[in-house]
Amino acid sequence: MEYSDKVMEHFMNPRNVGEISDANGIGEVGNPKCGDMMKIYLKIEDNIIKDVKFKTFGCGAAIASSSMATELIKGKTVEEAWNLTNKAVAEALDGLPAVKMHCSILAEEAIHKAINDYRIKNGLEPWEDKFSKGDHDHHEHHE
Amino acid sequence: MEGKRFVYMDHAATTYVKKEVLEEMLPYFTENFGNPSSVYTFARKSKRAIEDAREKVAKALNALPDEIFFTGGGSEADNWAIKGVAFANKDKGNHIITTKIEHHAVLHACEYLEKHGFEVTYLDVDEYGMVDLDELKRAITDKTILITIMFANNEIGTIQPIAEIGKIAREKGIIFHTDAVQAIGNVKIDVKEMNIDLLSLAAHKFYGPKGVGALYIRKGVKIDNLIHGGGQERRRRAGTENLPGIVGLGKAIELATEDIDGHNEKIRKLRDRLLNGIMEKIPYTKLNGHPERRLPGNINVSFRFIEGESLLLLLDQFGICASTGSACSSGSLDPSHVLLAIGLPHEIAHGSLRLSLGDMNTEEDVDYVLSVLPNIVQRLREMSPLYEKFMKGEK
Repeated sequence: MEYSDKVMEHFMNPRNVGEISDANGIGEVGNPKCGDMMKIYLKIEDNIIKDVKFKTFGCGAAIASSSMATELIKGKTVEEAWNLTNKAVAEALDGLPAVKMHCSILAEEAIHKAINDYRIKNGLEPWEDKFSKGDHDHHEHHE
Repeated sequence: MEGKRFVYMDHAATTYVKKEVLEEMLPYFTENFGNPSSVYTFARKSKRAIEDAREKVAKALNALPDEIFFTGGGSEADNWAIKGVAFANKDKGNHIITTKIEHHAVLHACEYLEKHGFEVTYLDVDEYGMVDLDELKRAITDKTILITIMFANNEIGTIQPIAEIGKIAREKGIIFHTDAVQAIGNVKIDVKEMNIDLLSLAAHKFYGPKGVGALYIRKGVKIDNLIHGGGQERRRRAGTENLPGIVGLGKAIELATEDIDGHNEKIRKLRDRLLNGIMEKIPYTKLNGHPERRLPGNINVSFRFIEGESLLLLLDQFGICASTGSACSSGSLDPSHVLLAIGLPHEIAHGSLRLSLGDMNTEEDVDYVLSVLPNIVQRLREMSPLYEKFMKGEK
């Protein structure tokens, strides 16, 4: 299994690592038992992702996916961030090995969770996605 | 990267071929290429070279040359021993005893036999990876035809009480096979004294070439063939012999067993220096395997809050070759079956690192790893939500 140069570059120099002390949307997904867990912090102002940080426990692809996903939603509207797909994350990384695609799904899921956390905190209805419908076991893809 | 060096600490995966070994092999690629089965004088050199290697292997194990059969590696030797004994002795019984920490060559061969009417008991091991002899005795039934237990574990380095197991098997009249792939050159082996009936080995684990191994079969053990065809290896293993490989295996085992104590002392000293440094410099670290009964070059540790594949990738950036039991490096869902068998929780098993030292390593290598590894672990911990939670005392 080989990673693209882009994956290795993001893995070696991950963007947006850390926490946001006054984050108004936080999403944590994954399970340490499965070997990967991702936590996304959002600072949303005027419907814009002003700042985003992440913490990830996982393989090289999980860390690179977190880094790339946070880069892709920074400065975007909440709607644009919501519409970021795992495929777009993987493509931006010049592809992921098939067994590692679930890492990009984890990133999409973490962003959704953080956005819904923000919506709930602001008295808004959480948005529905494929994960909230119960299709959230990212490990199904390589079982 | 400044000061970067190449440090190979994955000797349990494979070793380089020693110069003396390669030199012995070379003429058998070019000048002395004759097929050992041919009748003319030219080919007799080839035949003699194989018999010479066979004697060296026999000597290393205290076996007879007639009890050594060359194979295409360790996995073939394991498959032959297990399937061969099972099918040849099925009139006596259909029960096999093994352990949960065997190499996949043994485990998957046993699983295959389960599909063909055999029953297999997979013994548990304790937190250090040791087999319980009383549990072994209790597992034996009047249908048991084979016990197969590895000499030393490839991941955690734990060395089993092979002589005691051999004694139990012999008393009960059960055939005893051991996968000694990791043990050759690290542990003194005497198949007679240890009551071993079958033993697998592979040259590339002790500075010989890849793709060649051997199975020791004690005289009188009933075993079917695995590879059918020509009459090579006294009609037990078909296929034109891997002549240079066999010559290399012979030389390699001779070198590996001429001074086991001296070799072990040197490697163990380096290993302990590295292990002590790791335990001292990196908090929340657990040693996996037995503290004493382990291979001299083996280190297996779990770093909490981080995952093994990302650890390997970073080590690789610093020129360090190592391995992990994390699922993420193999693409499977579960971490190593060995780490789970010694009772590690999944998340701790995912953070495991194996460093296996050998003849390539120096004190400078050890110091270099100690200068790099703590920073890498800390870097990944800073990125980990598990570490964050732990430090905030949430869990």
